[in-house]
Amino acid sequence: MKYVLLFVDTEQFADDLQAMGPAERERAYQRVNQWFADHADKITGGSKLQEPHTATTVRLDGGEPVVTDGPFVEGKEVVSGYAEIDVADLDEALRMVKTWPACPVVEIRPLIPETPGAVRPPEAAASAP
Amino acid sequence: MTGTEASHAELARVVREHAGRLAASLVHLIGDFGAAEDLVQDAVLTALRRWPVEGIPERPDAWLFTVARRRGLDALRRESNYRDKLAQLRRLTPQEPSADRLRLVFTCCHPALPRTAQIALTLRVVCGLTTAQIARAFLVPESTVAQRITRAKRKITDAGIPYRIPAPEELSARLSEVLTVIYLLLNEGYLSTAEQAQSRDLVDDAEWLASLLCQLMPTEPEAAGLLALIRLHRARAAGRFDSAGGLVLLADQDRSLWDRKAITDATRLLARAAAHRRPGPYQLQAAIVACHAEAERWENTDWEQIVLLYDMLLHLAPSPVTRLHRAIAVRHAVGPHAAMADLEALAAPLDRHHLYHAARAELLRDLGRADDAHAADRRALELTDNPAEQAVLERRLSWA
Repeated sequence: MKYVLLFVDTEQFADDLQAMGPAERERAYQRVNQWFADHADKITGGSKLQEPHTATTVRLDGGEPVVTDGPFVEGKEVVSGYAEIDVADLDEALRMVKTWPACPVVEIRPLIPETPGAVRPPEAAASAP
Repeated sequence: MTGTEASHAELARVVREHAGRLAASLVHLIGDFGAAEDLVQDAVLTALRRWPVEGIPERPDAWLFTVARRRGLDALRRESNYRDKLAQLRRLTPQEPSADRLRLVFTCCHPALPRTAQIALTLRVVCGLTTAQIARAFLVPESTVAQRITRAKRKITDAGIPYRIPAPEELSARLSEVLTVIYLLLNEGYLSTAEQAQSRDLVDDAEWLASLLCQLMPTEPEAAGLLALIRLHRARAAGRFDSAGGLVLLADQDRSLWDRKAITDATRLLARAAAHRRPGPYQLQAAIVACHAEAERWENTDWEQIVLLYDMLLHLAPSPVTRLHRAIAVRHAVGPHAAMADLEALAAPLDRHHLYHAARAELLRDLGRADDAHAADRRALELTDNPAEQAVLERRLSWA
């Protein structure tokens, strides 16, 4: 089954990271890299996101699309990255996430399974230049 | 008790005995938790409608299986891609799938489900209660229970919650999730009063679930500890209410009404659990209740031992409410001054807990501060909405 892991940062976590010395921060990054390496066979995609201040939100529920600066929810917790995983079930996803060494919140969200015969959206890679 | 009520209890027992087995087999066979659960609920409702009229069949399990199979075949025929499952359902016969049953319990109590849904699912799927029975037992609208169950079933399917016994390294955490659900049923049922006697006896379901778990997981001492705890409570049930249905405090109970044989049996069960040398919160709580149950008279209660057991319990599972109970034991083991000192430290975390104020009132009375005791009892009365406890506090306020 496929899931997306949404990695969520808090202000506290950002401050803690900021307060680290270079060597300590390096070790923190190392732990994250190690986690990705340990689970490489189950991770099928994902990326770290740019900082929330780079986000642009478009609201289409009024008459005209309204473009605003910032993420769609303003809050102390922001999505900072995601990973797509392919595992047996929720328990396996939970096992992976419980060993996650960085940001303090992770949401596990299942993907809707592809139904055979349905029209699939075009692959992102196919439309890339 | 009228004839229909007697058969109602019998009905509840037979349904519970067989509904969970049916659910376990069906989930295993058709591999779809939600669909299997619908079939079971349907079969249970049919049984509850027909058995009171036709009598309980000789083989209730076979009867339920037949109803579920017929419904299942009807439903599956309408779906062309269910051919394999259809064939499996045709072959379905009653059996004793104990591993499947355990899977069922662990799925219903999965930590990714909210607690209220774990409880409702366990009662419906494992114990065969109807949505209406669950709603009555918890005094919530039927639609609320129905919605909890629908959401939970959808989550099980859509989020990929597995139908599986947890891996060994997860077993202890997952078992404690199941035990919590059973313990909450005990609490809910234990505090319900005589006027709710019409509704389903949740303590009965709690005992049945705990004993099922003990059979299926004989090497887990905490499951046995919880079963002993439930049985020790039930053994003393006859003394808890007076003839008018009022709650009788432990000190005032007529101990000749207690079931001595049941107490001895439960204590033996607890001793066997303790022999595993893996103590846990339920074994310790059962040991504390055993201290009370074994005392022939209130004056003979071994309070020093009880304080010691509370210390061990606090070491494993620290909580302000447990510290409160320890303070109450200290009152009897040492004296009211020592107990009051312990209680003062709990003022902040337990300010909204009625038992804190009720215990404080008793200590204040011991210390000769009648006015303060009165105020504390009044505060306790404001904070409880359990009618039996309210009656005790009101009685005390009218004496003082």
